[in-house]
Amino acid sequence: MAFTVGAMAAGSVYLLLSHNLVRVLFGLILLSNAANFVIFSAGGMVEGAPPLIAKGARDLAGVHANPLPQALILTAIVISFGLLAFALVLVYRTYQELGTIDSDRMRLAEPPYDDQDIPEPENPHRIHVRDAARRVGNRVDNRMSANGSDPA
Amino acid sequence: MLSAILGIFAWAVIAPIVARRWPRHAGWVLAIPPAFLTVWFASFVPGIAAGEAVREVTPWIPGLGVNLSFYLDGLSVTFALMICGIGALIVVYSGGYLRGDAMLPRFFLFILAFMGSMLGVVLADNVIALIVFWELTSVTSFLLIGYLHDSPQSRRSALQALLVTSLGGLIMMAGLILLGIVGGGFELSELADRGGFLREHPYYTAILFLILAGAFTKSAQFPFHFWLPNAMDAPTPVSAYLHSATMVKAGIYLMARLAPTLGGTEAWTLTLVTVGSITAVLGAVLAVRQTDLKRILAYTTITALGQLTMLIGIGGTYALETFTVYLLAHACYKGALFMGVGAVDHETGTRQVGELGGLLRLMPVTAAAIGLAALSNAGLPPFLGFIGKEFMYSSTLGLAEDGGMPALGWVVTAAMVVSNALMMVTAGLVFIKPFLGARTETPKAAHEAPIGLWLGPIVLAAAGLGLGVFHGELERLLVAPVAASLAGRPMEVHIYLWGGLTPPLWLSVATVALGIVLYLGWPRVKAGFDGVAAALRYDSDRGWDGFLKGLVKLAAAQTRVIQSGYLRHYVMFTITFTTVAIAATMVAFDALTAPSLMELDAPYTAWALALIVLTATAAAVLATSRLVAILSLGVVGVVIALIFLLYGAPDVAITQFMVETLVVIIVALVLARLPRLTAFARPNRRSALRDAVISIAFGAVVTALMLSVIDLPIPLDLSDFFASRSLTEGFGRNVVNVILVDFRAVDTLGEVLVVTTAGLGAFSLLKARPKRARRESPEDADATSSQQDGKPSVIEQNGDRP
Repeated sequence: MAFTVGAMAAGSVYLLLSHNLVRVLFGLILLSNAANFVIFSAGGMVEGAPPLIAKGARDLAGVHANPLPQALILTAIVISFGLLAFALVLVYRTYQELGTIDSDRMRLAEPPYDDQDIPEPENPHRIHVRDAARRVGNRVDNRMSANGSDPA
Repeated sequence: MLSAILGIFAWAVIAPIVARRWPRHAGWVLAIPPAFLTVWFASFVPGIAAGEAVREVTPWIPGLGVNLSFYLDGLSVTFALMICGIGALIVVYSGGYLRGDAMLPRFFLFILAFMGSMLGVVLADNVIALIVFWELTSVTSFLLIGYLHDSPQSRRSALQALLVTSLGGLIMMAGLILLGIVGGGFELSELADRGGFLREHPYYTAILFLILAGAFTKSAQFPFHFWLPNAMDAPTPVSAYLHSATMVKAGIYLMARLAPTLGGTEAWTLTLVTVGSITAVLGAVLAVRQTDLKRILAYTTITALGQLTMLIGIGGTYALETFTVYLLAHACYKGALFMGVGAVDHETGTRQVGELGGLLRLMPVTAAAIGLAALSNAGLPPFLGFIGKEFMYSSTLGLAEDGGMPALGWVVTAAMVVSNALMMVTAGLVFIKPFLGARTETPKAAHEAPIGLWLGPIVLAAAGLGLGVFHGELERLLVAPVAASLAGRPMEVHIYLWGGLTPPLWLSVATVALGIVLYLGWPRVKAGFDGVAAALRYDSDRGWDGFLKGLVKLAAAQTRVIQSGYLRHYVMFTITFTTVAIAATMVAFDALTAPSLMELDAPYTAWALALIVLTATAAAVLATSRLVAILSLGVVGVVIALIFLLYGAPDVAITQFMVETLVVIIVALVLARLPRLTAFARPNRRSALRDAVISIAFGAVVTALMLSVIDLPIPLDLSDFFASRSLTEGFGRNVVNVILVDFRAVDTLGEVLVVTTAGLGAFSLLKARPKRARRESPEDADATSSQQDGKPSVIEQNGDRP
């Protein structure tokens, strides 16, 4: 089991490190599965004995699967689904706006350093990342100087 | 004592209201509580002189040994008297000095808050409380130094003072906490009894130097002396209060307070005496180079602080007596000089030595105050300053003759003679030049200052004289108790003006002679020192600027590397760090576990499932087709669900099935509108290889972690709790469900909220469409959007709607 989980984690990290945001999303899916699996197996694995209290009994008798990790995983699955849905829409909308799903070309929030070379977007109809970045930067500068503070 | 401190803080809050209501008399009104506290503290003096220290404890965080405990002995009562007494005079003085200043109400708030913090520092018995008050003095002094906040110079000085003192404060905090841990308690009065143990402890050196870093920065000891003269950008009342009597003496206080705990070792004596002497001489040399009266005083303050540090370092009866006498003498004359110089500045409009002269007749009271204070400063009899100087020589000679460090003793004695002679020169510069000699034209027509401005100086100057003359009472009431606090045991002390024709007296005579010679040759002396300074080409102030600039550059360079702006770099750093941290921890704690046989012993179904997961993972990672990738991920999810089912988790399995199905469908739908996976493949084999190495390392660490966790016995307390209470208290037979909706219902509610928020976020993202986008070209988008809302979403798009 440990090796399986390890392989899943390795695969997800490899995907997360990709330029391609869709691959990053895949990495996210794989990583949450791996994490759930980790929690599950760390809680001890008992075959074929769900934590259900038998009729007539007052509590769990005999060897049973550990109910606590199961409860945690249930929460985790749902949350990671929410995260994935949001991330998916985010990637999709980003693609619509910026015309790329290459994370290297998304530099609006962090404009490129002067010596960094950002590849041009593959679609010439869409906006130039560097221009967009500069424009956001200018806007911030304008605002700051309008507020009377020194942008430097 | 807690109520005294809190009272001052409360008064500080009320002060702006008072100052607004009665702007003309605010100083007088606001000085009442500090004056009252002076009397109140004075009422303790006879008891303390009789050997009764007062201790007061209010538990604060008793679990951590943090108490608001206060301790009143000779040392702290002396400081408290200085803080409240001089404080009251300063408040009166500020009312006159800053009359009509629009920010005066705020000033009173700051200075009273500072007074409260300072009282806290000297009264606190608990180390943590001391640190809190110490930092409060740094913050309030920052506000006071930067009082003229529209001047860039003033802001820079305030920031410099704050950075230097709080940097030292942080280092000191480490030292004090270490002291508390090693000493087994955070009460200073208790730690004083464990001095012998602490001095032998292997951590002693670390504790000593960490704490001294705080004391030296606060008390402007070399090489941290540069912030003090810059702090003179503050209004004069601030300089007079913070930089003569109180804040800069906080470091001195701390060293004195810890003298019985940490003092007496070779490291202690050597460090304090050396640093103190260097500071004293440096301050005096720099002082005579100045022509601005206030800056002269600032540098002589550095000299005095150096001498005090040196005296603590020497220890022994003479030095401790001298310490007390000199402490009081300095507080009196320096406070008086600062306030007097402020009055001169206020009435004439200048503080330059060359522009002032013949003021004696115009400002007789101020002249008297400055004159008396200057005589004490110069160390002439019968002033307190004289006694201080005499005894200082006795102490250094003592160090030379029977203190075990003859060479150091002689050097220090020489240093003291030089610095005291230079002090005389400055006293002359401050008194003789402006008040005697020919009248000069000043920017403002000079006339006597109002009573508010001369009351403080004259009272303090007279105190310097009175204490010198009536030194018998002083000896009994203050000097002996302070010396006892420093030595950690009762002390026999004896101070006198005339001790016969002893070596110290001859040194005094030599000092006076040297002082007169230097004063007469002042222009040449100044030129000489200026020449030396120019030759050295070193300036601590500029050094500090360089340090700050270097720090900013380092930060920028570091940001440039860590925050490259590439998302995958961030992921890479995070993962790599986590991997290394976990691996290092596991190696360090020897937690690596070989795969047990249980792992191989799994049933064939588990083997089969594991194999499917591995294959599907590999497919998902390597797939170039979107469909293959998403289907492989689906397979992984489904197999995980099967494992859940197999190992007794049907609820989890059902959820997993549902979610996994949804994921595959939704992702497949969206993917159809996104570019192929082959787009933006890794640019070259090298980065692919690097990523692979990182991933495999991470996978290996996860595996190792799992192996070691599985080997451990599982703590089942919580599970058993749920198992036994599920039916009886939660009324459900499915334990997992009961946990979710009953025991951890709030958690589940939070989960529902998270999913709802994610849904809402996704929905609004899909709905949000920039309306103006299509009309604008990039150029005018810039102009219009900056005028309007400036949303960063104004970007051209090609209009393919889903």
